[in-house]
Amino acid sequence: MKKILIVDDEPNIVMSLEYTFKKNSFEVYIARDGQEALDILKTQLPDIIILDIMMPLVDGFETLEHIKKNEKLQHCKVIFLSAKNKESDIEKGLALGADAYLTKPFSIKKVVEQVNELLGN
Amino acid sequence: MNSIVLLIILALYLGLLFFIAHWAEKKGNIRWTNNPYIYSLSLAVYCTAWTYYGSIGVAANSGLNYLPVYLGPVIIIPAWIIILKKIIRISRVNKVSSIADFISLRYGNSRFLGAVVTIVCLFGILPYIALQLKSIAETFHIVTNTQSSSYIFDDSTTYVAFALAIFSSIYGTRYVDASEKRKGIVTAVALESVLKLVFFLTIGLYVTFYVFDGFDDIYAKASKLELFRQKNTLGGLPQAINWFFLCILSMFAIFLLPRQFQVSVIENNRENHVNTAVWLFPLYLLLFNIFVYPIAWGGNILFDGQAVNSDTYSLLIPQHFGNEALTVLVFLGGFSAAISMIVVSSIGLSTMVSNNLIIPYGLLGRLKNNEQSTINKKIVNIRKIGIFSLIIMAYFIYRFFALDYSLFSIGLVAFVIIAQLAPSFFGALFWRRGSRTGAVWGLIVGFVICLYTLLVPYALGITSSDTSFITQGLFGVELLKPLQLFGLDYLQPVPHALFWSLLFNFLIYVAVSVSFKGNYRERNYAEMFLDINKYITMHENAFIWKGTAYRTDIEKVLIKFLGEERTKRAMNIFNVKYNVDKDEKLADARLIKFSENLLTGHIGTASAKILIASVVKEEKITLPEVLKILEESKENIIINKKLTETSNELKEISAKLQEANASLMIKDKQKDEFLDTVTHELRTPITAIRASSEILYDDDEIPEELRKQFLQNIISESDRLNRLIDKILDLEKFETGRQKVNFATHKMVETIENAIEPLQQLINNKHIHVHVEGNGNLKADYDEDRIVQVVTNLVSNAIKFCPDTNGLITIAVYDKHEVVQVEVSDNGKGIAPNDFETIFDKFYQSTNQNFKKPIGSGLGLAICKQIIEHHKGKIWATNNATGGACLSFTIPKKQQS
Repeated sequence: MKKILIVDDEPNIVMSLEYTFKKNSFEVYIARDGQEALDILKTQLPDIIILDIMMPLVDGFETLEHIKKNEKLQHCKVIFLSAKNKESDIEKGLALGADAYLTKPFSIKKVVEQVNELLGN
Repeated sequence: MNSIVLLIILALYLGLLFFIAHWAEKKGNIRWTNNPYIYSLSLAVYCTAWTYYGSIGVAANSGLNYLPVYLGPVIIIPAWIIILKKIIRISRVNKVSSIADFISLRYGNSRFLGAVVTIVCLFGILPYIALQLKSIAETFHIVTNTQSSSYIFDDSTTYVAFALAIFSSIYGTRYVDASEKRKGIVTAVALESVLKLVFFLTIGLYVTFYVFDGFDDIYAKASKLELFRQKNTLGGLPQAINWFFLCILSMFAIFLLPRQFQVSVIENNRENHVNTAVWLFPLYLLLFNIFVYPIAWGGNILFDGQAVNSDTYSLLIPQHFGNEALTVLVFLGGFSAAISMIVVSSIGLSTMVSNNLIIPYGLLGRLKNNEQSTINKKIVNIRKIGIFSLIIMAYFIYRFFALDYSLFSIGLVAFVIIAQLAPSFFGALFWRRGSRTGAVWGLIVGFVICLYTLLVPYALGITSSDTSFITQGLFGVELLKPLQLFGLDYLQPVPHALFWSLLFNFLIYVAVSVSFKGNYRERNYAEMFLDINKYITMHENAFIWKGTAYRTDIEKVLIKFLGEERTKRAMNIFNVKYNVDKDEKLADARLIKFSENLLTGHIGTASAKILIASVVKEEKITLPEVLKILEESKENIIINKKLTETSNELKEISAKLQEANASLMIKDKQKDEFLDTVTHELRTPITAIRASSEILYDDDEIPEELRKQFLQNIISESDRLNRLIDKILDLEKFETGRQKVNFATHKMVETIENAIEPLQQLINNKHIHVHVEGNGNLKADYDEDRIVQVVTNLVSNAIKFCPDTNGLITIAVYDKHEVVQVEVSDNGKGIAPNDFETIFDKFYQSTNQNFKKPIGSGLGLAICKQIIEHHKGKIWATNNATGGACLSFTIPKKQQS
């Protein structure tokens, strides 16, 4: 069973994603900001992370930087999922090493497709 | 008193002056020698022995007639602030060293004019110096009870004159450059001015209050004397005209007397010193005149019927009462007055004689072939010998022409002669057209009329030979009677001579100047004199000259007179001042003028011009050319000024634009950030709604409970979206000023309770205790709906921040004089001090907040701030004593409509 970590501070959005990925047989972990995500990553090694950008305390960009520094997480795919849809933001996200950048509002099917594609399913 | 004792006293006194002069010279530029008081006091060199003794004589014989000589200066002195400062400026810039230099420079460096002025001054001043020596000699004999000896080497006063001549020639010529300041002499003169005044006041007080019983007593006794009424009657119109002319005469004298020019212009260190002199000098004159009348009439009372010289009352009275000490003091006062005049006048005159007569006429050619040190020695020696011989000459004039006239009348004759300089002098300051030829002829004719109407009759009066010239006129022509020229018979000799000589002098000066144009150099200097303020800093620019000249030639001449070192230094200054390359070979107009100035102090303006002209090749410039150049330079100055002004304006505007631009950039950035945040905030609920809807749409197997949950999400996110839009619009209305605020008077506590009411459910859920305190009747003018909005917002925030257990919110209302203050504080974790201000920004998200997601929009406090500011109040955040957050706002009790 593939592990997915969803990082977002909007509970209703998280709820939709959580429901969908559970239904698609993922083991789902949830963090409500970057700091919580990094805490979880100390013990868990998910296959893929869905990362929001604008969050309190530690934002998505910063979280990704930490992830990239952690050798254990090198295999781990990262998808940004953000309402920030300016080209400069997208470029920045991809330059930091994200595997994909999806903008909000999103189609859940598309997110699932993207995740599957990255995981080679 | 024994004459040896008096001579010793005099020697000591002179020694003291030597010491003071020496001290002041050596100590240099210290506070004591360079201050406005020394300057003002040195101007009192105006009060000579003539004032000291002569006024008393006049007052004793003809009442108030001594007054015009003081009234004239007092009337004209306020004008010093403008006129004298202008003269000082011109003289400083051009290195002028005497009045002859001043006049000859203005009329195109005219050698001839300088010489004429010098000769006129010699005629006027030499008898005047003689007069001072006479007063010293006569009073010396009175004090020592001796008679003047007919064999001059038996007469002790001869030696006094000799000592004075030596003193003056040593201290008057310390510098080759005659435009240098003589601090020593000036300080000594100032000291003498103090002494003569003090001694004069002493004798005045002595006569008035010791000999007599005050002013009333003197008047009472004097009024019983014969002729009292006659002597003290002012007379009709002729007398008034006499007074008028005497006032005019002394007005001129204060500017034109060489000694006054010397102390007021040449020795002036700072223009501002004039400001002090303007009040101090008239005050000095006033003090000097207080006791003239009492002493004069006291003397008339005491010596009624005796044949004594009323000029010497101030000595005779203390002597009469056997008060020898006071007699000597008075004598020393008169001596001071005399020697100040002698020293300063002889310095001025000898500078003029050397720089305007001897050097330009003859000596210059010979000087040129000498070495620098020899030249300097020669120039200084000329002046030394000049001073010495002037004083000795004056002494001989006194001895051989006896000078039977009173001090007062000889003084006035000197004034009339010097007044001949008035047209060309004042013309130099105020009239562009005044020309050299006009000045020369006016001066000569005026002087000749003086000789005819004043000097000749006086000389004849002294020798009392043939008086038919006076009584019948020249060749027996009635109209040419010297004292009633052209039938003018109601003026006294002095006003009479002044009237005719100045009238012709002035008319000829004007007529000739208007009829014959001067040369370009005169016109050039006219411009520089009149507009001195314009040229004060870069005055060499105003000099017009065309031709070829080599710097090396000019430098050679300068080295001859100034020495190698000074020349080099001066050239460096010139190069820096005008930004000229030091390797420049050719000299321009500025360098010519600069060099002439350097030489002027040494050898006078005329000689300086001749010297420089001898090593350069000047081309003739026509007058129209000069006028054109002057016009252009004037225009240039105006254009430059305008350009500077415009460029300053542009600079200001550009600075303002930059500022505006910067603030626009900040606003633009803020707008971008705001839009970014708004779109993000709007997209978030839409995202949630879209995701939930998609699931509900696609997934039919969804359990009932979850399905309801997703629908609930859609509802709450839609509400959130709506609220957000409302708030954004709200905020936008406030920011653009379109939000209306309806003021009415309300009770604050009631409004707060209204605001809390709807939140009660939330408060109960979290088990928070809310406490409202304050005077329930406290009122203010505000829009209640809006303030409810603010309070709701602040309390909602407080609820959010309260801990889960034992939450406490305190809302306090205070009466702060003109405003009502409301504080909402909680017992949560407080706000980071960094955020005290930023929390009122739009979409602020604290970096420190410990809850997961703000329930609000991020616009609440921003809107609160807008509302409070629309009420002209303030809102701010702090932490309270327990560490919880405390948000406060104020509202004025009365809103000004």
